[in-house]
Amino acid sequence: MAVEYSWPSKEKATQIGKRHTRLDGLEKSTGAAKYTYDINLKNQLIARALGCPHAHCKIKSIDTTAAQAVKGVVHIEPLRKVDDEIEWQGEMILVVAAESEAAAAEGCEKVKIEYEMLPSFTSEEDIAAAKAAKRTIKGGGKAVTVKEPGDDDDEDEFVTKEIERLLKEAAYTVDGYYGIDAITHSCLEPHGSTVEWQGNKLMVHLSTQNVSGTDEGFAKDLNITSDDVEVHCDFIGGGFGSKFAPDYWGIAAARISKATGRPVKFMLTRAQEQQLGGNRPSGYMKVKLGANKDGIITVWDSEHWGSAGAIPGGVSHTVVPYVFTPPNYRRLQTNLKTNTAQSRAWRAPNHPQASAMTQTAIDDLAAKMQANSLDVFLKNLGTDEKPLISGAKPSVYKAEIELAAKLMDWNAKWHPHGKGDKKGSIVEGLGMALHTWGGGANSSNCLLKIYPDGGVETTCGTQDLGVGTRTVLAVVLAETFGLTPDKIKVNIGSSRMPVSGPSGGSTTVGGICESHRRAGQDAFASIAELVGKKLGVDPTKLEAVGGRVQVIGDASKGVSWKEACTLIGMRPLEVNGSYKSGVDSPLSSKQVGGVQMAHVAIDRDTGIIKMRKFVAVQDIGLVVCRQQAESQVYGAVIMGIAAALFEQRITDPKTGSFVNAELSNYKLARLGDIGEVVVEFYEPESERSRGVIGIGEPPAISPIAAISNAVCNALGVRVPVVPLTPQRVLAALKAKA
Amino acid sequence: MTPSTNTPERSSRDVASRDTAGGFSRRAFLHGSGAVAAAATLQTSATAFAQAAGGGTSIVSGETTIELSVNGKTHSVKAEPRTTLLEVLRYQLDLTGAKPVCNDGSSGAATILVDGKPMQANTLFAIAMVGKQIETVESLAKDKVPAAFTACDAQQCGFCTPGFVVAVKAFLDKKPKATETEIREGLNGNICRCGTYVNIVQAAVKLVKGDA
Repeated sequence: MAVEYSWPSKEKATQIGKRHTRLDGLEKSTGAAKYTYDINLKNQLIARALGCPHAHCKIKSIDTTAAQAVKGVVHIEPLRKVDDEIEWQGEMILVVAAESEAAAAEGCEKVKIEYEMLPSFTSEEDIAAAKAAKRTIKGGGKAVTVKEPGDDDDEDEFVTKEIERLLKEAAYTVDGYYGIDAITHSCLEPHGSTVEWQGNKLMVHLSTQNVSGTDEGFAKDLNITSDDVEVHCDFIGGGFGSKFAPDYWGIAAARISKATGRPVKFMLTRAQEQQLGGNRPSGYMKVKLGANKDGIITVWDSEHWGSAGAIPGGVSHTVVPYVFTPPNYRRLQTNLKTNTAQSRAWRAPNHPQASAMTQTAIDDLAAKMQANSLDVFLKNLGTDEKPLISGAKPSVYKAEIELAAKLMDWNAKWHPHGKGDKKGSIVEGLGMALHTWGGGANSSNCLLKIYPDGGVETTCGTQDLGVGTRTVLAVVLAETFGLTPDKIKVNIGSSRMPVSGPSGGSTTVGGICESHRRAGQDAFASIAELVGKKLGVDPTKLEAVGGRVQVIGDASKGVSWKEACTLIGMRPLEVNGSYKSGVDSPLSSKQVGGVQMAHVAIDRDTGIIKMRKFVAVQDIGLVVCRQQAESQVYGAVIMGIAAALFEQRITDPKTGSFVNAELSNYKLARLGDIGEVVVEFYEPESERSRGVIGIGEPPAISPIAAISNAVCNALGVRVPVVPLTPQRVLAALKAKA
Repeated sequence: MTPSTNTPERSSRDVASRDTAGGFSRRAFLHGSGAVAAAATLQTSATAFAQAAGGGTSIVSGETTIELSVNGKTHSVKAEPRTTLLEVLRYQLDLTGAKPVCNDGSSGAATILVDGKPMQANTLFAIAMVGKQIETVESLAKDKVPAAFTACDAQQCGFCTPGFVVAVKAFLDKKPKATETEIREGLNGNICRCGTYVNIVQAAVKLVKGDA
């Protein structure tokens, strides 16, 4: 009989949705957890790359004579050759493999390279300069008007006139400029690998968020087949969207290992991690919007630009304006080609920037109306029947806004923009923003084994990006078998294991819950069959609870889990669990909405902003591990605080040099910077019953706009571009005065 | 530990040549390597080694064998003058809890205790550590701090966690009755990119209250 997959109700669940200790928490907290950087193989070489010091140049000559003579240097692997053009700073030119880190570094220093300098362009915000330098490329765009052009009308001309007309008719208009600088992933464990050839087979310890999906990349570049490659990763020190591929430095490590016959550890240096390891595209926008007398946006007209590096790209126009979909809009995207490293996916690609550039404009509408921002956001949601938004339902946002407002004490604290009390030079303000994200389950497979002595073990080629993957899997299986999570053995982190999707798009928890709940319920059906036969009861009337398999609701009619497992026979019961992404399922769903509110204080004399309080209300579907889910939201919010106030990749406009490619100069949030953070899940039965939905990304979207809006509410003036550095705050105040 | 690129503004040679205090050959000490990050602590490190070597000034070059006391045990290790304590811990003693994250100690990921004081292992020369008691996160396996971190879920990817655990341990040893405000002000030497700060504050508060 086919098993009907389902989650237990809130009342019946004993593990799902409860607070759990992270299974590998102690390993991580005591230094026992081994990351890729920590894998030391016998006789290993340490590799280090020489990066190009210039943003744009041509290699004229390479002389490695002195480097080869350095004591301890064993091998030099060229990556680029004479006459190659280099288009961003830090690009690797060659790799030195040596007996120690210091020898490899000294080897790099002794390499002599002559460059021919070429003009560079890195001024991402300056669209006029970009146009003059022929660095702009047309991106996408779309125009929608309620009134349709006639058959004889020129469409572009019609849209332009129609938008002009609508803006003229509008009761309120905003003519704004907003922007967000490029930031870097800054993974604390840099990208890299420790590799070893075992005959013709390649063993790769890789810092990756894609355990099941990188073997092919190594195989392809090394002329072997995927079955000859094992990619292994027990723990990864941060990825955030930047660690999906072998990368050319991973391939280089394998080549050096082959050439020298020795294991090779090749991790990026801190500067290289900042320069090459990943960055998020910048975005700058000019926008005109019009609203009716109620503050409902009737027309939106924007042009935005930004850079994704030397290969042009940027913030997709498809998420502009963010969440809100006015009846008439025109949006235009222009991409800049700059001498910066290629951008990589970054926690909710496109959304944080789109939110930062557009939900600030909506808040400026509230400022213009001298209205409460919350009311203006509310009015622009529409109703479930006639939504003015895309993504989650208006009713979800409305409920979340109410919840967040209560937690923030919004109405008591609210004042119109720039009209708050001043305490000396200190002013305070409130801001909000909202977001949506898919988070549907990824494809996932697992092999579940139930041993005749009651042992439960799962093997799955997934990874723990910090989510608490092992704990999630143990909790799902423990719930399914009426056990506690510590009784479940979880094996993850190898490409030799059943294939599971990469951790990207907030798809991991959904995917692995799908495969494991399915495998678990299938396995339990087999065991129930055996127990039913033994007890002479209908197997479909059996449940697993409290370490027993028993008749539902009757503890006296049953056997212990251990005893039930003895019925399996001599060999373990093996069950494959499988889920294919996109298949409708009662276990998982997608598309969540979240609302966030910020309370900030600013010193008008110094321009320094302090976080007072931050509230994040998040729709999540079914919560699996409550504590770890909360940690995800706390982390996302804190990352957003950093992006709003501190983080920026600063390039020298003349040389193109990335001048703050060190953690001492690239400012991240620290413990004293975050203020009070409150996280609340929105989980009525209507949402819980949708099943598991990923939430790694959505809460990282709104903080920037929420904080920028709070700053605007405090100052009565918009600081247009984030991060909101003290200089920018002071400049905005000066411009207003 | 060493800058990887030859960008002029980050050249180790600049740092070494800027440093002109007399009485000790810094260039020889650096031995052509780029221990740029360690430049800030060079004075103390150099002095310490000189003292350990018998009070006089000495010039050391090449690889020497030294004895280091780590987690209560004496280890014989090999070090060049430029070898950092972090390299010795990670490559020779396989104590990989302290992490290589930054070049200058600004991340706090390589926090260890030297004679009970929190320091950054990547900014200390191994030869300057002779005669000192070094404790790494691995020595805290049975301590209350990692247990409190685990209870409060004060780690996500976990790469910064060992450094934070040692920092919290050192901070609370010094201020066992720290208030939450003091905790928020006193633990700014470490970076967590995943943003686990709320949970770390919870863990520290729990430790102060004694319910960890």
